[in-house]
Amino acid sequence: MSSTTTPDRRPGRTGAAPPPGSPAPGIVLAGLAKAFRTPQGPVHAVRGVEIAIEPGETVALLGPNGAGKSTTIEMLLGLTVPDSGTASVFGRTPNAAVDAGLIGAMLQTGALIREVKVRELVAMMAALYPAPLDVDEVLELTGLAEIAGHWTHKLSGGQTQRVRFAIALVSNPDLLILDEPTVAMDVEGRHAFWTTMRAFAARGKTIVFATHYLEEADEFADRVVLMAKGRVVADGPTTEIKAIVGLRTIKATLPGADLAALGRLPGVTGSDRRGDAVVLSCGDSDVAIRALLAAYPDARDIEISGAGLEQAFLQLTGDHHDDQTTTEVAR
Amino acid sequence: MSTFAYTRFELRRTFRNRRFLIFALGFPLVLYFITAGPNRDEANLNGSGISAPVYFMVGMAAWGTMMSMLSTGARISGERAVGWNRQLRITPLSSRSYLATKIATAYATALLALVTMYVAGAILGVRLDAGRWIEMSVLILIGLIPFAALGILIGHLLSTDSIGPAMGGGVGLLGIVSGIWFPLDKGSFLHDIGEQLPSYWLVQAGHVGIGGDGWPAHGWIVLGVWTVVLGSLAARAYRRDTGRQ
Repeated sequence: MSSTTTPDRRPGRTGAAPPPGSPAPGIVLAGLAKAFRTPQGPVHAVRGVEIAIEPGETVALLGPNGAGKSTTIEMLLGLTVPDSGTASVFGRTPNAAVDAGLIGAMLQTGALIREVKVRELVAMMAALYPAPLDVDEVLELTGLAEIAGHWTHKLSGGQTQRVRFAIALVSNPDLLILDEPTVAMDVEGRHAFWTTMRAFAARGKTIVFATHYLEEADEFADRVVLMAKGRVVADGPTTEIKAIVGLRTIKATLPGADLAALGRLPGVTGSDRRGDAVVLSCGDSDVAIRALLAAYPDARDIEISGAGLEQAFLQLTGDHHDDQTTTEVAR
Repeated sequence: MSTFAYTRFELRRTFRNRRFLIFALGFPLVLYFITAGPNRDEANLNGSGISAPVYFMVGMAAWGTMMSMLSTGARISGERAVGWNRQLRITPLSSRSYLATKIATAYATALLALVTMYVAGAILGVRLDAGRWIEMSVLILIGLIPFAALGILIGHLLSTDSIGPAMGGGVGLLGIVSGIWFPLDKGSFLHDIGEQLPSYWLVQAGHVGIGGDGWPAHGWIVLGVWTVVLGSLAARAYRRDTGRQ
């Protein structure tokens, strides 16, 4: 894939091996691609992903189902061998990093084995790692202390998810990878989960999590990597992604206005009606507001607002044709 | 350290599994008392020259230990079904430790099945010299090596749905041609097939206890070949399944 489709080639983020004396390399995914054979023909799950992550960063992989997040994570973990490209974790291959106990992960799918109690399971996993966290501390942190003596096959979905998190956490990894960790959790569980994650990140750990909850990415990640159809379509701080898209909306009360005519105003990319109000999506809201007031001096109750990540997301991943990828996003 | 922790964990989990205890320990035991109990005074079963309590003790021990070894497969298959093998795969637990634990656990269960049948035999009046008990046990444990590999092989090959019937049916058939359920006439077709199978020599290992000799060269060769074949197939299935090199 051409370099124009790879956004965010900031110096120091990607590229060759770090110069001598620089801090330990973080995580580098270079040109990762993976296709799966299916009866309907090959499915290109990941098509040339470039991501470089510094140690200590908390990065969200954000994207809809089928974006390639899980496959990317599996290659980062060494569970899937890429068709092309490489993944390296702190200067090692994924398998070597796993063997050294540097990675802890909570996979998207997976239940717990039976005939075992919660504490026994967490303690056994801790025993596999060179420098695990204290088991009781982890049970406390993950809200499992009270059910430490329960059988794993008698837990609720949310409890099971917390045990899976405890397993990832107890390994005390330098890189913690979580694939849609909060899917089966209730609101309270989610809140507790992110509180724990913040505390863990504060120890200087690197965290990569996949999510399709925009708020989670927005709220907990230093940086968002937006994926769609197997590619990275945007990569940067959440605020930066919003700025890249620059989407604003103008809402004004304008009874009886012609939507089609509004949509043709300079700076306006779309128009919609909500009762007496119209909502204009704008590429350039400054131009659009001047044009609007010139054409419709009686417009009132005017609001101009920045789009949330939700809208940025739709804009970036909406109708995304294979070749016309991300040039409008990349700088 | 990690191998030890993992092995202890697996043992505890295995012996908590009621289904395993019923199938690998309970069934052979019940069947033993049903078959051998009524003929406990039969000194020469079907002209085999072996008393009924001894004959069936040896047969049920072979059956129970085989089932125990193959139960590894059921456990592996169950772990794969819930994605547990992938979770283990992203820990520092090495392939060597993983497989060593699986084999050690299989042997622990087989040993328990073996001792259970010995006790049952003793209850029905089986009396042997200490040396015979030991020789018989050592040969049985050696004879189980191909089944350790087979357990790992089917665990990484079959789904949880198919592994139960496959084990039950497979061991049942092996039992017939290996003389577990009833003595086979030497030179018969089934006997000829049986001699090429490791399960036959497992039963023969038991017969050593009753005054027979150890395995002839043919028995050692059959066991060796099956160990190599099943061992390499198991290694391949494991690698393919886990992506490990």
